[in-house]
This record gives sequence, structure tokens and C-alpha cells, in this order.
Amino acid sequence: MLRLPPFSYRRAESVEEAARVLSGEGPSARLVAGGTDLWPNMKRRHQQAETVVSLMGIPALSGIDTGNNGEEFRIGATTPLSAVTRDQAIRDRFPALARAVASISSPPLRNMGTLGGNLCLDTRCTYYNQTEGWRRAIDFCMKEAGQICWVAPSSPKCWAHSASDSAPILSALKARIRLVSAEEDRSIAVADLFENDGIDYLNKRPDEILTNIYLPRTSDSNHCRSSFWKLRRRGSIDFAVLSVAAVVWFDDHDRVEEASVYLGSVASRPLAVPEVSEALRGQPLNPESIATVADRARKAATPMDNTDFNTQWRGVMAARYTESALREIAGLEPSLQLPRHQMSF
Amino acid sequence: MKHHWTTTAFEINDETITVSYPTHHTLLEVLREQCQLTGTKHGCELGECGTCAVLVDGEAVLSCLVLAADLEGRKIETVEGMQQANNLHPLQEAFADLGAAQCGYCTPGILLTARALLDEQPDPSRQEISEALSGNLCRCTGYHKILEAVEWAASKLRHDEVAPGDEVFYGSKPENSSG
Amino acid sequence: MADPIQESRPEAPNSETPTNPAVERRYISKPFRRVDGRAKVTGVTRFADDLQFPRMCYARLVRSSVPHAMIANIDFTQASKVEGFLGSLTGEALPVPFGILPVSQDEHALCIDRVRFVGDAVAAVVATTDDAAYESALEVKVDYEPLTTIASVEEALETPEPRIHDYGDEGNIHKKVSMRFGDVDRGFAEADLILEDTVYYSGNTHLPMEQHAVVAVPEDDDRVTIYSSTQTPHYVHRAAASVLGLEASRIRVVACPNGGGFGGKSDPFNHEIVAAKLALDLGRPVKISLDREEVFYCHRGRHPVHMKIRTGFRKDGSMTAQHLQTTLDGGAYGSYGVASTYYTGALETTTYKLPTYHFEGVRCFTNKPPCGPKRGHGTPQPRFAFETHLDKAAEKLGIDPADLRLGNLAEPDSITANWLQLGTVGLRRCIEAVVEGSGWRERYGKLPYGRGLGLACGAYMCGAGLPIYWNHMPQSGVQLKLDRSGGIALFCGETEIGQGSDSVIAAITAEILGVDLEDIRLCVADTDLTPVDLGSYSSRVTLMAGNAAVQAAERARDLIAKAVGERFEIPPERLVFSNRQVFDVEDPDSSISFQEAMIIAEARFGTLGTVGSYTPPRSPGRYRGAGVGPSPTYSYTAAVIEVEVDPETGLYQPIHVWVAHDIGTSINPVLVLGQVEGSVYMGLGEAMMEEQAFRRLPAHLSNALVHKMPSILEYKSPTFLDMPPVTTYLIEEPDPKGPFGAKEVGQGPLLPVPPALANAIYDAVGVRIDQVPIEPSMVLKALAAKASGEIGRYGPPPFPEIDFGPTLLVPTPEEGGDGTATNDFSSKKKSKMRGATGTMSSRKDALKSKGSSLTTEN
Repeated sequence: MLRLPPFSYRRAESVEEAARVLSGEGPSARLVAGGTDLWPNMKRRHQQAETVVSLMGIPALSGIDTGNNGEEFRIGATTPLSAVTRDQAIRDRFPALARAVASISSPPLRNMGTLGGNLCLDTRCTYYNQTEGWRRAIDFCMKEAGQICWVAPSSPKCWAHSASDSAPILSALKARIRLVSAEEDRSIAVADLFENDGIDYLNKRPDEILTNIYLPRTSDSNHCRSSFWKLRRRGSIDFAVLSVAAVVWFDDHDRVEEASVYLGSVASRPLAVPEVSEALRGQPLNPESIATVADRARKAATPMDNTDFNTQWRGVMAARYTESALREIAGLEPSLQLPRHQMSF
Repeated sequence: MKHHWTTTAFEINDETITVSYPTHHTLLEVLREQCQLTGTKHGCELGECGTCAVLVDGEAVLSCLVLAADLEGRKIETVEGMQQANNLHPLQEAFADLGAAQCGYCTPGILLTARALLDEQPDPSRQEISEALSGNLCRCTGYHKILEAVEWAASKLRHDEVAPGDEVFYGSKPENSSG
Repeated sequence: MADPIQESRPEAPNSETPTNPAVERRYISKPFRRVDGRAKVTGVTRFADDLQFPRMCYARLVRSSVPHAMIANIDFTQASKVEGFLGSLTGEALPVPFGILPVSQDEHALCIDRVRFVGDAVAAVVATTDDAAYESALEVKVDYEPLTTIASVEEALETPEPRIHDYGDEGNIHKKVSMRFGDVDRGFAEADLILEDTVYYSGNTHLPMEQHAVVAVPEDDDRVTIYSSTQTPHYVHRAAASVLGLEASRIRVVACPNGGGFGGKSDPFNHEIVAAKLALDLGRPVKISLDREEVFYCHRGRHPVHMKIRTGFRKDGSMTAQHLQTTLDGGAYGSYGVASTYYTGALETTTYKLPTYHFEGVRCFTNKPPCGPKRGHGTPQPRFAFETHLDKAAEKLGIDPADLRLGNLAEPDSITANWLQLGTVGLRRCIEAVVEGSGWRERYGKLPYGRGLGLACGAYMCGAGLPIYWNHMPQSGVQLKLDRSGGIALFCGETEIGQGSDSVIAAITAEILGVDLEDIRLCVADTDLTPVDLGSYSSRVTLMAGNAAVQAAERARDLIAKAVGERFEIPPERLVFSNRQVFDVEDPDSSISFQEAMIIAEARFGTLGTVGSYTPPRSPGRYRGAGVGPSPTYSYTAAVIEVEVDPETGLYQPIHVWVAHDIGTSINPVLVLGQVEGSVYMGLGEAMMEEQAFRRLPAHLSNALVHKMPSILEYKSPTFLDMPPVTTYLIEEPDPKGPFGAKEVGQGPLLPVPPALANAIYDAVGVRIDQVPIEPSMVLKALAAKASGEIGRYGPPPFPEIDFGPTLLVPTPEEGGDGTATNDFSSKKKSKMRGATGTMSSRKDALKSKGSSLTTEN
């Protein structure tokens, strides 16, 4: 049986307490929420901690505030993924977010994992998400204890990929997050949380705590529509090997004002494809305009051999799925079979 | 590193059980090793197979990824708690009768996950059952007998029991084959 | 409350029966709750890792981090400082080699001087807790001197030195086989069409949900009990006796119910022997519970097989000759590999009339976890080759694929070109059932672009005709203890791995004695207490343990009937056992209870007990290699798969599977259905996504050769959402050799699934994918090739040039042969030495029999 190494465990009762512990213990301390990322990583010994600080004892961090009283639409960072997908306001106003979150891993895991945890998901790689014994056999890799990135041995950077499903769609939706530490309380765009580096993938200090996610007032309507497509081998459990999050804003003449497209799992961060927006701006969203931009997604994506499926084919699929996501937004018949595993929504 | 120990009074299958355990141990380890509740199995210990699923406050969770130390005051239910006195739960009955448990190793996790589904949705479609159980891998059955068993149990629980058709027990009948 | 199943049941189909026909059957052919059903749904079933004993400690194997190297030094200094550390073990302590086959005694409990793959066990540490054992194992420092690494069959053929093993046919070739049945040249000369294909079947693994575990408990006076998740307690018993240097009578092996096996728990494993050794050394129970990664290293799964198949057809679709060549990437040890090699050829002749046949195979050693037997053992690969090949032939010949097969069906009770004695053949009805169910006649070749149907068939053994250690003893035994309580204790060495074998032997016994299943207490898979059964492999248990149960139960019935008949002055043959009663068939109203009957019998004969055993009939084949393939009878399966393919992406999805399986007689149809559906599932997994893949790092930077993703996340086992609906037909062609006419179901229904999928993809989009698993990228590449005017195919590289060695020439039955080869002068000399190899005096016999493998049997 694979087990956790020993550590000292602190259940914080307030954000302030958690921030205080983090600042006191320094880098040997780690935050945990649902634990569905950290515990496997610690069991495989590629993440370590002497002290683990849990946020799950802080009631204020969990819950959804739909902003009906004129406040912002807020999702607490430790809100379980299943609570996000069940929330009717999210399903109505941010269906692509609901779909993305409903596609994360498997149902029991979604009862445990949290939205904040999924945003901060460690980057993944098949050379890295392995046990200590296996990693010894390749003399480790750049991301943990080794020198070389085996995905691209001459590369100076680590190519582990961002496999979060919520990150691309929250980036595309222009959501913001709040980061709190003992010293600071700041708010940034989700899109700015990430760096395209497999090791330093988060623009967040280790002592900062992600407390809330804020969704913009725009929501699915005639003026703003969104979509999320995810490619993976099986209908459940698997991480994305490619995801496409697209949000398109239309003007009064149904022409594209802005198209925000992010690709997941093809870079160390959710990968923005501004070329799509540039090409579509001022155009109607129709089969012709969509066909011209799909290849731009393929060019932007650099799928690497760090997850499942043939990399070249994943590149092809970046184009196909971008096309599919945009066609869905345009209300067109899908040009290809739906994702093989149709979910309830 | 020195082990820290924690003592907790757990609510497991409607009983209070107080045990001491290494703080870094998961619910899976504490159930199996401290509580002798070995009905909860494990297949990967990394949250990838669903074998170790138990119910916490009525929701299916993976016991391999929950620290026991987080569960004080939460209501835990394992396969050992499914039957009432000596009477099997309808899900257990149906799984036993339809061979939905072959080797039986994934069965406890699937039974509990299915139970959580039926508590929330008493009349699920086959697609809904498949989605709800999609985090539980089974290598023996090909899932069909499990789907049939969950449907049968759901109908029993709704008291509108429709016994499964003959094809569930005997297979489909070819219509005009020779012999 | 009435059992709901008992009510809505149609009549059971008729078949041969050893019980009195005047009485309606109680269990056989009826769906009944499996005897272990309640325990399995309540969490009561105790798997090996569920066992706990006072003072139990925990061991962990230290596994090699290099693929091929000499061991220079093992240092436990840091490991021993871990709190709770109790001791360590290295290979020198257990120098005797073992292995499942007498010809491949090439494993050590812990490597002695050399490691052969990443994951090979080098040392063991034992500690008071599992946590401590894990920490301690991480601290063991092993120094290696690397050797050249071999990753594939091609490399093994090119690299005779260094040899991974110092035995085998030559260099890194473990086994070469070449056998020719009949005048193949003439057959090809008579053909109107000769078709040749090269195909590839990737390796994959069993992935039982239960990770292997063992607990060894020292008993008084130098005895040890080994509780293990094994499918083959008898062979673990043999290996443990040999390696531990203990008499077999000092070792008790108990096979716990397996949490899935599929062939992956059929070898004796190093963790079993290490736990026993440590338990004996420490005087404490020792548990080893493998983690998921280690299960991938135990492996023994499907061999990757590269194949070239060439067949001659007449215009009417009949076949004149076939030449099949296979290469097997065996991994680092022998395991069942010699048998696997023969199996890639042996069963090609069982489905269709094949008058002449030439088979050549070669198995190589490579620095990867050892391959072995997985569901269908060695036969899904050539079945994929044959059935996709037939689909192509049908098109070229202008014959519907279903008709091509129907026109070539093997004859019941015939002897094949390679001297296999067939029994009943229900394949015609199987094909008809799936053709009709799928609407094949109306829909095949006529569905819109992107949708398609594919058909394929298969056949499988109902138990291997020969035991692994050739001997004259039975392959299965059952012992019944009956007494005045009215209860029956049933002892049998068979192992429940989920397939329902406990239910099979209990139901047979209950049926014959006319009692309830609840009257029977089972004691199974315990080498101290139960008669030997060779294990749950080769689909042998229903037929062999079932027949042993028939014999034991009939003997008990006859004994009781004799006593009761004497007492009431009724001829015993008039007595009927039914509904826990014994009555006179001519006076059914006067009956006594079964318990009263037993009291009469116990008074008449003293303590009551009977035994039954089963030895398969001798196969007509007498040539070297004829030992692999024979079986008392064969099961048959046909399947049609409907698939939807997206030509833009290559993504595809099976929409529906129709499968018909000739089960002979269903002992319990609901469990038979479960085996069929589970086989379809596993076959689809292999066809669509499962692969035991490896990764080699750039040679100038690293010597690493590792399992690519040894996790249940990345080894893709289909989920609920990946499984299409399945319509199953049970076809019953009872075979007199099976108990109540029963044949196997655990393995056969997997066979047609991968080729049916490939054939369906062709029907959908017109491209051939000649390898599995079928990746969407392969479909897309083949479509692109077709669009650019090339052949719409994706497949492996050409088959390598291989010297398969001298060819054994065996005339076929049709040619008037006698089952022997005309040019084998080596095999006859050795036969005398093998008389005792089936005994449990083990090591010496194992060595003695090294030259006389299971592949030699005259």
C-alpha cells in the first residue's frame, strides 16, 4: 500500500491563522484543501512537506455567493468541485465553467477536490508523476531533484503541463482571484496566476493563500457565450490531454467583439490564443470565419510527449476542438462527433 | 521523521469508535488497520480507481485521499454498515443475485457510491448511473451486471419493483438460429 | 420472503445430465446466487491483504532501478537505522531458482548477481510497520555495473551477447518453434488466392483491482503457512518447497479469494517466497502487500506479438493452407513463455477447416517485466491476425465475411491438422445469432460513411490437456465428507478468482445429491486440507474440478442409495435424490429426508466420505510440442461490433456489441453472462486503449528503460462511460466431456473482440488498422494515406527475417498420419525420466525434468 510520509498537520480555523503558520514555517510548510493533488504527490514523494496546513476547517472559504445583492459572483476557494457543478446559478450563467468542472477526474474525487485546489494544480508530466523508485530509474528530472527535462532534453526549462480544467475556462471568462498572506491581500486575474514554466508555474508566493474566485458580471446571453471541450482517453478519471475554453462576446449586430480562447494541457499554463480573437474581431461567427481560425490554435499549441496520446495528433485535435468549441458558441451543428463521452451537460 | 499521533472519536456506521493512529494516515488505513473494517479495499491509493470509496456525510469519497484527522464529527459509512441487522440492503441483494460482484474487490466502493446516487436520485437513468459510477473501475464484469443490479435495487427501493427480464438471467434468445 | 430470482424463471434448456431425468433440476442451468455472493457484498470476504495476525510485521521488496546490470554492492547501513527496522534479506539466502515451467527455472526470490529489468527484486527489508518498511526500502543503496540493455525482439535478435539468461535456444532467443502439419506447399499451390498480412498486437496487462498480497505465518516446528492472492496454490507450494528447502508437507499454501486474476496471479512470485523465508527466520507473521506499480512489475501479461500470416483460399472460400509466423517479446524471465509461444500457433486450427498448416514462432528475452498468460493465453494475438485476414479475404473473394466463416466451420468431433481432438462445435449457431441480432444481412456494408459492422470468431480450451508437470496423477480432486448432520463438507483445491468456481463445484454437488447449496460447506484452495487442483488457469476449473465433483457426488449418492435401498428393500437405482429428500421413483409419496438417508448410510458403512478426481483424455498428438493446445473440448464464440468513426479526428466509439458464446451447458447462466460481458470488456480495453508501454531515454544521456506509466491512471482501463451495450446469447451445445455438458467461458469470449473492432472500423471508413490498441491517430493516418492515393492502412513494419530452426514435419490425420513427426529423433529418448516429476519432492525432480518439458509428451 502506498502511504503518506509523516508530517505535522495543522487545521487552520481562519485565513489569518493559516497565513501566520505559513509565514512562520517557511517553505517546509504546504497548504492543502481537498488533498486530491497534494496527497498523491506526497505519496509518490515528489512533493514534500514537514508541516501541512489545511484550509478545510475555515467555513468562510467554502461556498458560492451568486452576487444577487449587487456584490460580485464569488466562489470560495475550498468549495468542492461537485458543489460548483451542482450550483444552478453557475449552470445557468457560466455553463462552460460547470461543464469544465464536471469533467474533472471522477465523481467521488469531485466531492473532495476544491475549485481553488484545481486552479493551483501542480503541473503534470509522465516523467514526474511517478514514484520515488521509478524516478530513480531515470535519475529524476528537472522538476524534482534532477537536471534534465526528459520531455525535451536540451531544453533549459521544464515542460510539465498545466492539466487544470478550471484554469483555462476561468482565464477565458476573465475571472479574478484573491490572494491573502500575512503581509498582503491582493487580487489578480486568473490568467495572470500562471507562468509558462513547469516548475514555477504559479505567480503566487508559497505563503499566499488563494481565498476566493470572482466571476465577472458577463454571463451567457446573446452577448456572451462560452464553451469548453476536453479531450481525454476515457470518459472519466483521466486528466485532459487537451482542453479548449472559449468565450465570445458579441456586439449588437452579432459580430464578434472579442473571442477569448485558452488551451489547456498543451503548455505549462493555460495557453491564450490571441490570434483567434484578432482574426475574428468584427466578423460574424460562422463556419467560414471559424474555419480560418482553427489552425491558429494548432500553431499556438505545442503538445509535448508528457501525457497520453500521440503528440502530433493532439496538435490536430487542438484545431478540431477549437473549431468545435466555436461552432457550439455559434449555435452550429458540430462538425464532428461530440467528445466521445457525452456528459449530462 | 517522528510520527505524530492523533486520537479521534469517529462516527462509523452509527457507532462511535475511538482510535489512535499516526496523524499522516488516511481514512483507508485507519478503517482497515485500526478499526478492522477490512471491507474497504484499495487499488491504487492515489485516487485513480474508486476501490476505496466510502461515504462521508452521505457523499462518496476516496478514503485513500482523506486524512482520518479531518473526520471528527463526520458521519462515515462503510460496506459493513450497509445491511440493517441481518438483512441486506437492496443494492447488496441485487449485486449478489446478478453476479454484479465477481471477484468482489471493487464491490464495496461501487455499492457505496451507488447508494449515494440512489439517496439523491431514486430513479436514475442508465446514463446517470454510469456517470455516477464512472470513477469506480471494475475489471471483471464489464459493468453490465452492475448497471442491471443498481436499476433493480432502485426499483426495489422505490417499491415499484419490476423484476429484471429473462435476458438478464439467461442472455438474449436468438430468434431463428438453427439447432 | 421468496427469493425473487426463483420466481420468474423460464425452463432450463435440456442437455445431457447425470441426474435422474424424472426430477427437475434445482441448480444446473438456473440462475442462482453465487455461494460467495453474500460475503462479497458485505465486505466479509477476506482477501490476502485483509488478514492480520498478532505480532505481524511488514516486508517490502527493494526493486532494481536499472534495466540490466550486475549487482556490485547492497548497503543496508541507512536502511537499518529506520525506526522499526527488523532485518533484511538478499538473494544469497535463497539461491535455488524457480519458475512456473520446469524448462524455465530462471527466477530467484531475490536477484543473486544480476538484475534484468527495472522492478526486478534485489533485496527485502522487514520492519514492524508498513510505513517503516517503505522508508527503509528507500534507504537501501544498491550499486550496479550496467550491461547492454535489450528493449525489443529486434534488438534481442541482433544482440546475442550479453545473454539475459544463460539458457534458451540461442543468444537472447528463449524459444524457437517450427512445425509443419501436412503438405503446405501443395496447399498453397492449389489456392486461387494467397493472402499475406503483417499485424501486431501490443502487450498489455491484467490489472486486477486487487494488488498481490501475501502473509506468511510460521507454525510450530519449522512449518509455515502462506496465505496469498494466487490463482495457483499448488505451484506456489512446489516453488516454496523447492526454494525454502523444506519438504512440501511442511508448507501450507492457502489461496485467498483473488480480487481478480486474469492470469496475472498464476506464477509463483518472489514476494511469496520472501515472506515465507522472513516468517521462518523471524518467527513472526510477515505481510507483503504490493503497491500498484509493483503489480506492473509482476506483470506476466499479454506478450507483444508481431505476426505474419499467409493463407491460401479457393474461389469458394475454403482454405488450403496457412503459414503463420510469430515473434514474442517475452520480457526478462521465462514464466509460461514456452507455452505462450506454442499457443500463438496452436489454436488457429480449431475454428475453421484448415487442411495444412505451418507454424513458426520465436520468443526473445528483453529487459522488461516478464510476459506470461493473460486471458486467452497467447491466442488473442493470432486470432486478431486470422480474423482480420479473413475479413480481407472475404472482400477479395466477394463473399460475405459471415458466409466465408460459415462455409469453413470446423467439424464437431474431428481431429485438426495439428492433431487437436475437437468436441462439440456450436460456432454455426453463434455466428447465426450475432448475424441476426446485429441485422448484419441488412446493414453490413450498407451503413452510412462513419458507421460500420465487424464480425469475428474464436475458440478456446476447456482446460489444458496436460499438466505443467507431466505425470499420471489427476489434475483435479474433490473430497466429500458427509455425516449424520445432513451437511456436506466439500474439499477441493480449486481457487475462486471471481469467476464463480466455488459456485460451480457446490452446485454440481448439490444437484447430484438433491440438497440445497446451503447444505454444503466449502473448503477450497488449501494445500493442507484439500485435494490437489492445479489452479485457476487455462479455463480448466468448471470442466476438471466440475467432473471431479460429479464423480465424488455420484459416489456419495450411490453409497447412500445402497444403504437406503437395503434398508427399505428397494433397488438403489430406483432411488431419487431431490429437494433434500430421497424417494422411490415408483412411489414418490414415500420419502425420507436426506439427513435420515445419511444416518442410515453412516450406520451401514461407518464414517462417510467419497472422493472424485479428473484426468483429461489423452490427446492424439504425439509430436514434440503436441502438449500445448489439446483440451477435452473447446468453447466457441462469435461477435459483431458496431462502431462509429469520426473521419475528421480518427476518434471512434463502439456503439454496440453482439456476442454469442457456445458454453456447452450453463452451470449458472447469470454467472456465464458475467464472464462473457467481462471478456468483451477486457477485449475492448485491449483493442482500444490498454498497453503495457515502455520508455527508453536517449542513449547518450541515460541507460534507462522503464515502464512508461505504471499506474492505474495511465494504464487505461475502460470506465463505465467507455463500455458500449452488449447483447449476449448463450448457445448450448452440451459436450459429454464436460460436467452436465458444460464448457468454458472465462477466456474464449475475449478472442473475437479486437478483430471485430478492426473489421468494423474498415466497414465504417474503409481503412485497415492492423494493430492493437487502435489509436485514433492511426485511423487518421490511414485515412490520410488513403486520401493521397496510397493504401488505406496503418500497421507494423515488415516482419523480420528469422531463422526458426529445423521444421518438425507432422502428417495430418487426413494424410494418414499417426500423430508423430516424421523427422523427430530427439523426443523419444527422454520419456523414462519423468515418472516422478509430478510428486511434491520438487527441486530435484524439477531439474530432472528440465530436458523434458510440457512440450514433449510421448
